[in-house]
Amino acid sequence: MSSREAVLGRIRAALADVPADERPDDVPVPRTYRRSHTEPGEDIVALFAERVADYRANVTRTDQAGLPAAIAAALTASGASNLALPSGFPVELLPPGDWQWHPEPLDVQALNALDGACTLAAAGIAVTGTIVLDAGPGQGRRALTLVPDYHLCVIRAGQIAADVPDALARLDPMLPLTFISGPSATSDIELDRVEGVHGPRTLHVVIVDHPTHPEQP
Amino acid sequence: MSKPGSRGVVWLGSPSFPDAAREALGNTRLRANLKRATTTIRDKRLAVASELDDWEQLRDAATAIKNRTARHLDRYLVQLEAAVTAAGGTVHWASDAAEANRIVTELVQATGEREVVKIKSMATQEIGLNEALAEAGITAYETDLAELIVQLGDDRPSHILVPAIHRNRTEIRDLFTAEMAHWGQPAPENLGDDPRELAEAARLHLREKFLTAKVAVSGANFAVADTGTVVVVESEGNGRMCLTLPETLITVMGIEKTVPSWSDLEVFLQLLPRSSTGERMNPYTSTWTGTTDGDGPREFHLVLLDNGRTDTLADEVGRQVLGCIRCSACLNVCPVFERTGGHAYGSVYPGPIGAVLTPQLVGVENAASLPFASTLCGACYDACPVKIDIPEVLAHLRAKAVERKPRGAEALAMKAAATVLDSPRLLSAAQKAAALGGRALAREGRIGRLPGPLHGWSDTRDTPAPPAESFRSWWRKNREGER
Repeated sequence: MSSREAVLGRIRAALADVPADERPDDVPVPRTYRRSHTEPGEDIVALFAERVADYRANVTRTDQAGLPAAIAAALTASGASNLALPSGFPVELLPPGDWQWHPEPLDVQALNALDGACTLAAAGIAVTGTIVLDAGPGQGRRALTLVPDYHLCVIRAGQIAADVPDALARLDPMLPLTFISGPSATSDIELDRVEGVHGPRTLHVVIVDHPTHPEQP
Repeated sequence: MSKPGSRGVVWLGSPSFPDAAREALGNTRLRANLKRATTTIRDKRLAVASELDDWEQLRDAATAIKNRTARHLDRYLVQLEAAVTAAGGTVHWASDAAEANRIVTELVQATGEREVVKIKSMATQEIGLNEALAEAGITAYETDLAELIVQLGDDRPSHILVPAIHRNRTEIRDLFTAEMAHWGQPAPENLGDDPRELAEAARLHLREKFLTAKVAVSGANFAVADTGTVVVVESEGNGRMCLTLPETLITVMGIEKTVPSWSDLEVFLQLLPRSSTGERMNPYTSTWTGTTDGDGPREFHLVLLDNGRTDTLADEVGRQVLGCIRCSACLNVCPVFERTGGHAYGSVYPGPIGAVLTPQLVGVENAASLPFASTLCGACYDACPVKIDIPEVLAHLRAKAVERKPRGAEALAMKAAATVLDSPRLLSAAQKAAALGGRALAREGRIGRLPGPLHGWSDTRDTPAPPAESFRSWWRKNREGER
């Protein structure tokens, strides 16, 4: 007998008390919890900005017209000059200046030599201050936002979900997803949080407040 | 299927909990480290849990989802297997620790590599994977900061979330300075003990390993049956490194980590970070479904591990323990854990959850003292995000431990007492003997420590000396004629 059959057989034997005609849906799951911990009419973009900043990430709010200048200001403050540029990132957003943009494909050693990456996002979660990447256009493969020490992420207000349940419903689980809440951190020394371990030590989130084309990423 | 005693989980040769606890209590540095860390995390957890006014409803939903999963686990595992396979992954089934270790070792050998990078995982701790790989000449590098501290110190984990909780910053600094060079990049010169500096040292030490590793081994926090999606929740980014940079990814997960559907994660992704590190959300959560062209590993293997879980499932009271999401909130609130630390439990699963999980995984006769390693105060039950009734399971396992124990001195004494209490003549004789013997032993009306087998009772409590005369005898002498 294979281990597969053995394990499944032991499970069935262990569940002798479960009626043979019971279906999974017969076991009730009370869904009385909130869909969102925000109040109706609450400014979720402001909440998102506040909660991202709570993790000691940098946050800038701007509008579409001010976006290139906001990106330029963030990059200047970071000191990053060599940046990974994922496929599908709108080139019209790139500010004029001395930055070197390195388009994909970039292998791991090449990424390790860069200062940072500049990406879009797939979704945001206001209550938890989280950005989510799904490797879609303008985000790059997962290594892009992991190996370099600096990550600048542009998210549009319309992409921000109020809370975790809404966000999960917007995302496609078949894509590789990364939920990012602040810079890399650890609580492993005396259970106190310090920022900066293996992932980017600086996270800068630029929120674009009034999207002129909300249907675009 | 191997015998329950050979499933790993417990450390062979460990003393029983009472002996290990006594020794740990004498270690003042350990107690100071634990008190500091558990106090910090308790305050943070309470603050972020009380932000959610539906915390109790979320807990109820979590219990129910885990109950639904357990009652139909065979169906969900088959569904998970089909979904992972359809997405390009390969599923393996392991009855016990030895089989899981063999599967992983052969998968690594098939790649031709001699090194793997590892994400912290309780399942691989449980089965002793690192030791099994070492026997096959394969070096496993732990990349979680706390696991790295444990590995460099040739130490054992003492906490589910923070395996090096028993070490303070100065001890960690000394360990990095002494040991990092033996494993790769040495520690920076004149390393200080500021946690930021220590985190930076770990970053430098492991960077080259991440960039060159071809094989990674992980555990899983959740696996979604209807989509085949696997979830790893972490903080440092070492998880992301292991999950995305190598060519081959091998994930070992206990069969109970399955959840029915993608939307069920909305409950656990709210409960887990707040219960575990006291954050609204942990820095990084990665989810993946099979393999993705051009992004991440080209090969993905999922090893489904039983190793005593089906025995646990068969116990209708103990089954609820399989709902554990390894947040470690119960450890941080436990008055016993705070004083003894994790090593005293002699298991990779310490604290209240370990006291109910370990005896079920390895058989209660192989961890008989653990169900008694608790005051039954119930703080663990209140803190548990899945509402596992740990005190109920402890009491249940205590009964089992007593049933399985050979009749000892206590049982014989109780039997003798029953005989004496049944007979007025024997009782009277015993009371006279006790009065004489008691006065001989007592000092100032109290009996202190007794020799021999009675010391277990008398070490921690005084007994009043029996009176010179029993009430029955006094009554006969003074009042019997007056009736």
